[in-house]
Amino acid sequence: MSDFEAVNNGAKIGHAPKPLWLLAEVTYRCPLHCAFCYNPTDYVTHTQNELTTEQWIKALREARKLGALQLGISGGEPLLRDDIEEIVAEAGRLGYYTNLITSGVGLTEKRIAEFKRGGLDHIQLSMHDITKEINNFITDTNTFELKKKVAAMIKEHDYPMVLNVVIHRYNIEHIGEILDMAEQIGADYVELANTQYYGWSLLNRAQLMPTKEQLLKAEAVTNKFRERVGNKMKVFFVVPDYYADRPKKCMNGWGEVFMIVTANGDVLPCHSARVLPGLTFPNVKDADLDWVWNESPAFMKYRGDDWMKEPCRTCPDKEKDLGGCRCQAFLLSGDAESADPVCSLSPNHHLIEKAIEDAKNPQLAAQPIVFRNDKNSRKLVDGESDELVADFHALP
Amino acid sequence: MSDKIKSDDVFGLARHYRFQWEEAQGCYVLLFPEGMIKLNGGAGEVIKRLDGKKNVAAVVDELKTAFPEAPDLEADVVAMIELAADKAWIERKST
Repeated sequence: MSDFEAVNNGAKIGHAPKPLWLLAEVTYRCPLHCAFCYNPTDYVTHTQNELTTEQWIKALREARKLGALQLGISGGEPLLRDDIEEIVAEAGRLGYYTNLITSGVGLTEKRIAEFKRGGLDHIQLSMHDITKEINNFITDTNTFELKKKVAAMIKEHDYPMVLNVVIHRYNIEHIGEILDMAEQIGADYVELANTQYYGWSLLNRAQLMPTKEQLLKAEAVTNKFRERVGNKMKVFFVVPDYYADRPKKCMNGWGEVFMIVTANGDVLPCHSARVLPGLTFPNVKDADLDWVWNESPAFMKYRGDDWMKEPCRTCPDKEKDLGGCRCQAFLLSGDAESADPVCSLSPNHHLIEKAIEDAKNPQLAAQPIVFRNDKNSRKLVDGESDELVADFHALP
Repeated sequence: MSDKIKSDDVFGLARHYRFQWEEAQGCYVLLFPEGMIKLNGGAGEVIKRLDGKKNVAAVVDELKTAFPEAPDLEADVVAMIELAADKAWIERKST
């Protein structure tokens, strides 16, 4: 009787892979400039060729036929588009469980009421700190008060409140107070997402990474909080892989349960797949999602474990983590098919140890942060900041 | 029935949870922020009947009628309800 399967990030779902989780990154435009953003550093090349409403609706229909169920509408800041109401309503008609992932900027009484009518299921609001100073510093904006107002609005309209807090050196010691604040404003779920190093956060790694001691303390505080509040609030603590022994099972496997459609229509198996060399990703403008998921060379490339090299190929843990993250392996070691350097068995593990050492280096930590904005993105595209990027492609 | 589940208890889906049939999976699913649960066979049949109105005894009776060949059905149903309540997928409703 009690036969059920959890299909959270990280659980197995059976044999035939299905894109149960669809992430629609509807725009890369964003009023915030967060130092830890995972968006591509060349996002500025994708802000003028966004999909139309009709193209999004077609993609939603095709994905739903493939079994997509959980829909995240994200960005950039999705609310910068004025057709989110239409996209939400279509998702509602199709039977998606729809989540709007937002900074809160652009959410008004009128829009939130329209989302409710259209069947939006929940809103995930990003919060950054309990202090105005850190919130405004790390996002390079003045958004502290606004976020509190938006949280109240979400509650008033009876949405489950999901707070997402990206954790880094500047807020990790405030985790206890952040959780208290979440409880006070009535959050139902809180994700404490330790920064993962891709895109902008990789550029700013030495400035963002906390120490192991800070991390252990934060985890202890979180566990104590969990014991106190019990089922009333669910707290997810996303462990930073740099301090783990074994890599994360990235996206629960390449092309297993996740599919991402980006602002310009590229379809990816993970957020940063476009950094990988030698891959051409299909685009919803000219490809059907059934073909993309089931047959496209990009989605077949790292599905399963045929691509693995040693030490992964014969590792007893290979099913558990599938060798970790292909993007991280490439970004750090230059070889997309090698073991994720996070793994202590990887021949490139010293790169992680060095990153941890670098984060303790006061000189590196004092370097200016490269905030995510159009000007900096343009510079990176034009190669003006090459010395910054080259660092992460250095072969061992 | 069990220490935790009484025959006159009434359960319904937890606030903000959604339960629906998924054609592509051929099963019922529970949907909630950041997660989903695939309910295979009997699990889906139990959750489907927790409508916030019927008590546990009535749910068991309904399932006995629907699945007359199932042995030890009551114990299985109660175990499933207990598990769902533990995981906070369902909650007690006052009638």
